[in-house]
Amino acid sequence: MSEAKNTPILETKHLGISFGGLHAVQDFNISIYSGELVGLIGPNGAGKTTVFNLLTGVYVPTEGTVLLNGIPLNGKKTHQFVEAGIARTFQNIRLFNDMTVIENVKVAFSKDLHYNLLDATFRTRKFWKAEREVTEKALDLLEICGLRDKADILASSLPYGQQRKLEIARALATNMKVLLLDEPAAGMNPTETAELLSCINTIRDRFGIAILLIEHDMSLVMNVCERIQVIDYGQTIASGLPTEIAANPRVITAYLGE
Amino acid sequence: MITFIQFLITGLRLGSVYALIALGYTMVYGIIKLINFAHGDFIMVGGYALFFTIPVMMSLGIPGWLAVVPAIIICACVGMLVELLAYRPVRKTGNNLTCLITAIAMSFVLENLAQAIPSIGPDPKVPYTLFSKTYSIGGVAVSQATIITVLVSAVIMVALYLFTQKARIGCAMRCVSEDKEAATLMGINVNHTIIITFGIGAGLAAVAALMYIAQYPKVYTTMGATLGIYAFVAAVLGGIGSLPGAMLGGMLIGIVQSGANTYISSSMSDTFVYLILIVVLMLRPAGILGKNVGEKV
Amino acid sequence: MKKTNIKARYLINFAALVLLFSAAVVMGVMGGSTMKLKITPSIWQCSYLIIMAASLNLVLGFLGQLSLGHCGFMAVGAYAAALISLAFQRTGFYTEKAGAAFLLVLLISIVAAGLTAALLGLLVGIPALRLKGDYLAIITLGFGMIIVNVINNLPFCGQQGLSQGSASSALYATGLGFSNDEKMSYLWVAVLMIILCMTCMFMFVRSKYGRAIRAIRDNEIAASASGINVSYYKVLTFTISAFFAGITGALYACCNAALATSSFSFTNGSILNSVFIVVMVVVGGMGSLTGSVIAAVVLFLLNYTIKNGAWVSALPAFLQNVFTYPMLVYSLALIVVIMFRPKGIMGSREFSLCDIPRWPGRIKAFFKARTAGKAAQKEAKSHV
Repeated sequence: MSEAKNTPILETKHLGISFGGLHAVQDFNISIYSGELVGLIGPNGAGKTTVFNLLTGVYVPTEGTVLLNGIPLNGKKTHQFVEAGIARTFQNIRLFNDMTVIENVKVAFSKDLHYNLLDATFRTRKFWKAEREVTEKALDLLEICGLRDKADILASSLPYGQQRKLEIARALATNMKVLLLDEPAAGMNPTETAELLSCINTIRDRFGIAILLIEHDMSLVMNVCERIQVIDYGQTIASGLPTEIAANPRVITAYLGE
Repeated sequence: MITFIQFLITGLRLGSVYALIALGYTMVYGIIKLINFAHGDFIMVGGYALFFTIPVMMSLGIPGWLAVVPAIIICACVGMLVELLAYRPVRKTGNNLTCLITAIAMSFVLENLAQAIPSIGPDPKVPYTLFSKTYSIGGVAVSQATIITVLVSAVIMVALYLFTQKARIGCAMRCVSEDKEAATLMGINVNHTIIITFGIGAGLAAVAALMYIAQYPKVYTTMGATLGIYAFVAAVLGGIGSLPGAMLGGMLIGIVQSGANTYISSSMSDTFVYLILIVVLMLRPAGILGKNVGEKV
Repeated sequence: MKKTNIKARYLINFAALVLLFSAAVVMGVMGGSTMKLKITPSIWQCSYLIIMAASLNLVLGFLGQLSLGHCGFMAVGAYAAALISLAFQRTGFYTEKAGAAFLLVLLISIVAAGLTAALLGLLVGIPALRLKGDYLAIITLGFGMIIVNVINNLPFCGQQGLSQGSASSALYATGLGFSNDEKMSYLWVAVLMIILCMTCMFMFVRSKYGRAIRAIRDNEIAASASGINVSYYKVLTFTISAFFAGITGALYACCNAALATSSFSFTNGSILNSVFIVVMVVVGGMGSLTGSVIAAVVLFLLNYTIKNGAWVSALPAFLQNVFTYPMLVYSLALIVVIMFRPKGIMGSREFSLCDIPRWPGRIKAFFKARTAGKAAQKEAKSHV
């Protein structure tokens, strides 16, 4: 058990990517342990979403490694990152608009549904059992995010705040060890943000996963993150407790300018 | 040796026609990010227009090739009508897939309409042969048509390039192809720009038709489909959205096709060209001179 | 509660299908000259239109990719079935088109046709992985043309195709290629194929596979981020779609005494070209399998009246010309459908027998909503 505390669940070593001559992210180091909630902040264009893209296989790093539970994941495809245990939400909502809310969540369970074409064609017992389980689990996740009563409506008809929650429910369905949330509170009013906050806390208590959060809403970040890492122009400029970061002069300069 | 030069000349002759057509394809694609499947059929329209206007011109004592002027006008009108009536309404309400399906349907409509109209009809027609003088250079036969085609293509490519760089409408076209929303915010009337692009593209198709029938004097309803596919492959090969790419691609495809005809077998040349397309799209989807823009995540 | 509901639905649908199949068997046995000359060939034709439309819907409606080479797969299936049946016939496995031996050969040909086409579908699926939209459409178009071109150049298929009783190709003398009588006695095969293929497609679509490909259609990047192996599902869908197209090819080979590659080319003016299949899918509803079935039947009937209807000769000359090229009508119809009702007839919903009892309720609700809407509009106007 002490092993689990010592190896970070997600670790990067000198992670970076360059596009041509532009170093979008350089020498990014982070260690996240199971159960932690870490924030990643920085001014616009600092490279935060690029880091997420590196951590989920959307971009292939030009330097450094991504390690999940000590296993390097460089060069694998996105769905392999998901199978290993990293899931994410997106800055611009990417839902399956022509599918219902519950189908959106069920899709993310696909990798864990172990029936094959023959089972599906002949509707075997294995098929029905798996589908029943998926429906139960999906409804459970929707319950956590407060969307259970909306299970059968089209995802595109949900209001904005609930669409964001659906993205989180979908990510949860992948049974991940690390959850990356990309600006989950973007465009939300204070009530919705408070709901989101309680949702995130429920998830932490229930699943005990690690969460890495990109966010601009400072009240959310200061309230909920145990540690914060700040990047600017692709490089880490500060890392530590929320109180430390708030007082850090470099951070203040990065946000407000000289 | 002579065969080799001959096949090169044939290749250039075909290639320059493809280049002209590819220029139109690439222009339209650059603006609305849609492959206009009906572009090949604009050539067919041009061909038939020429078939009717050349005799009229000659009877009026005007040199036959000036019939390209009314042909350009007719083609441009057809092009703009197609955009106005079919593409624009679908673009407003639909997604990429529906626009694509509309383009294909349009192509079939034009082809079958031409077959159904009795005076145009299903049988091929033979227009008056223009530019039929042949020169002999070093034992190789080069027709006047070939030389003129190559020159015309080069001139048009330069003219288009200058147009898109210097002229206001040309710059507007480039803006719309980069970012439609931003162009609207800068005061550019996107719909007008698109319709003008179609007009120019279709007009170019008429010129291509003239050059084509000067060398292969036969007009038939499916001529556009075949030429269109070859020119599309040329545009992709050279880099879709890039004008010099269209020229380059056109010439290359022409030479390849001529080579396949001469050295392999003419019945398999279609297959060959398609295989090139598949290989290019698999290995270098941006084409030779194009640039690849990925989707932002 | 829900469990018995599902079981009940399955039972009702199964009963309906059994009824359909029995009707086909009975029709085949009873016969009569109208049956023989008009209805049976029509049902055979419908069978391959239905399966072609539904299988293309898998790729176009559910996966969201435009594939223009579907008829190429059909061609492969047709030639494969014809050649295999001929091989059997030459070895003396069967001598006449009746009896158990022939039935076995028939079934083997159909399955082999499907598998051959599926293999090619696999080949086509691979470029599909890296290409989107327009480019994929052109490449599939290219594949369709290449397939037809290659078949043309094969020595044993040849330019004249495979024809029955023709001196030029000795091969296709008594292989598949039913006479009207045989079409009737084997009608049940066609109907059985429709039932089996449609059932398989339904099972595919209402499972994790269907969900996965719809997710890919809606947002590929998000699908990938949800753990879906996009490449695998894309290739799988293309392969399965091609498999069913191959089966229709075999059915087509049954219906015709001769096979010619010109019937499958892209510019073919009759209804066997890939664009007509697209018309069926779009009109029926992209994403609705029952929609494809309905559209296939409707368009078949439309085509039938255009080709054979007496009213055509009553039209003025110019309009008559239009109907000699029915593809003109169909492509115009396609554009009209896309402009005004892009969802097609069924949208993305399926027609279900079990829903019929709910129709009166739904119709009432629809009219109620309309009158309420009109009343609200009137209200609003009076306040202006």
